[in-house]
Amino acid sequence: MFKDLLQETFWSLSSNKVRSGLTMLGIVIGIASVITMVSIGQGAQASIASSIQSIGSNLIIVRPGAQRTAGVSGGAGSSATLTLEDANAVKSEIQNVQAVAPEDSKRSQVTAKGTNTNTQIVGTLPDYAVVRSIAMEAGSFITDQAVKSSAKVAVLGSTARDDLFGAGVDPTGQTIRIKNVDFDVIGVTVAKGGSGFTNPDDSIYIPISSAQHYITGDTFISTMSVQAADQNSMVAVQNQISDLLLKRHSITDPLQADFSLTNQADIIATASSVTGTFTMLLASIAGISLLVGGIGIMNMMLTTVTERTREIGLRKAVGIKKLYINLQFLAEAVALTFLGGLVGVLLGWGASWAVTKFASMATQISTSSILLAFGVSAGVGILFGFYPARRAANLSPMEALRYE
Amino acid sequence: MIECKDLKKIYVSGDVETEALKGVTFSIAKGEFVAIIGPSGSGKSTLMHILGALDTPTSGTYFLDGREVSKLDDDQLSDLRREKIGFVFQAFNLLPRTTVLRNVMLPLLYSETSQQEREERARQCLKYAGMEESKFYNLSNQLSGGQMQRVAIARSLINNPAIIFADEPTGNLDTKTSHVVMEAFQELHKKGHTIILITHEPEIAEFAQRVITIRDGVIESDLRK
Repeated sequence: MFKDLLQETFWSLSSNKVRSGLTMLGIVIGIASVITMVSIGQGAQASIASSIQSIGSNLIIVRPGAQRTAGVSGGAGSSATLTLEDANAVKSEIQNVQAVAPEDSKRSQVTAKGTNTNTQIVGTLPDYAVVRSIAMEAGSFITDQAVKSSAKVAVLGSTARDDLFGAGVDPTGQTIRIKNVDFDVIGVTVAKGGSGFTNPDDSIYIPISSAQHYITGDTFISTMSVQAADQNSMVAVQNQISDLLLKRHSITDPLQADFSLTNQADIIATASSVTGTFTMLLASIAGISLLVGGIGIMNMMLTTVTERTREIGLRKAVGIKKLYINLQFLAEAVALTFLGGLVGVLLGWGASWAVTKFASMATQISTSSILLAFGVSAGVGILFGFYPARRAANLSPMEALRYE
Repeated sequence: MIECKDLKKIYVSGDVETEALKGVTFSIAKGEFVAIIGPSGSGKSTLMHILGALDTPTSGTYFLDGREVSKLDDDQLSDLRREKIGFVFQAFNLLPRTTVLRNVMLPLLYSETSQQEREERARQCLKYAGMEESKFYNLSNQLSGGQMQRVAIARSLINNPAIIFADEPTGNLDTKTSHVVMEAFQELHKKGHTIILITHEPEIAEFAQRVITIRDGVIESDLRK
């Protein structure tokens, strides 16, 4: 009996390939589009979050404040107010500060044996590697010794290394020329994959003292990255830095501060509100495709079953019980939605993979989107495959046979 | 075999009541070949649906093989149709895009009968109904009208029913094919089957032994040859 049910289902679906195919198509498209859209949204969110995390953790960034001339603001970072001494004071006088990395940066042309590139030259301290969680691929990072002696040594970011020496080459011991000064390469950092204006991979790190002597020619610093001991001490550390710098700069009104503080939590909050909106947008597009897919499935199922009312009448007339007719249509609807669902999931998976592969966008397939898409399509398919069949099976066989 | 007493059927649609059968009483014995004839709207189809256990009467009693049919529920009617009654319809009503054999085996679905026996019986019935063996695996939509009706006859025989009902079996066939199909019914009759034929063509009714004429929901005449 169970065998009969399976056989009837199989025959019925396979003897109407076009009909079965079209019904499945609706399910396939509905499910695949939802899975793909959601995976793109979540992939983008994850990649932005990880690129913010790649800067380091528990960071507070101090930048010189706006330069004011007769009430006109020149924008944050336009004035030179922070010094190396400020950085040292922050490190020595404030509790819960793990590391302070002042930076004196400038873009410059760099040459090496017939190749050249334009990149960010970052003058900094050994702490920079701790604060920005930089790992070394070869050689070592700047040492205290090098800073003290203003040594002409440089650590290359992996992109800078690729541009100057070629991918995968170990350039330690080679020489590069920045602003007509030769620097010995002492190390290469591991690629971090960050992006934006300050790509950590497309930078060259040199001792801050050397930068001030040979590259920028001033004694100011362009930013200072402070790493707090942990998440909880962030607020306290931020307030203390503010107080200390106000005192050092002899400013009484905090509104007149010649520096600004940003903490990483703010950046993450802003970024995630942006990606959240993006994910919502994609999810609503996916929701609409699910709705459209669902209506497609509903249409196809209703038409199919209505078309088969005469067949249901015949089955009843030759004495097949209502229960078996109901079961058969239920089995057909289940088989169609599950086959379609399976193909849809695989297609969605494939499409996400293709997006990552060919559009180089990160994607992340989520189980909940698969379950949701599958659940909705299967629910709609089974409901609208079964319900009209049940109604038809309740008709008297004569009525069903005469149905046009 | 069949005993009807004062059968009435009233259809209600909205506020309008239509009395399709106004008290019909007759009986049919085993082995008879009866034609029920009447113009459209006479109530002959309604009568056939009740006799065929496809519908129940509003009032009156109907005994088939000693069982009171008018009191049965939907599933009991299904069982009765499967075990006792074979149908041949005007529109053939074969499953589309399905082989001849599977069409004939349809009434045996979900029964205890083994696959092998089902096929065996289907082959016998098809031969019995005069179907060529070479066509057994053809799809139903590749057959001519006459062949389709033979398949339908074979299907009606598969459960070895007590009665065969034929509802306008020649309605969709040309004259020549009609006669061939009617001769097939005569053959069945000679072999001892009870056949009830519904038609509006007196010429087709000629093939039967007994002709019951229905008009306006009552029996007008009941003639035996």
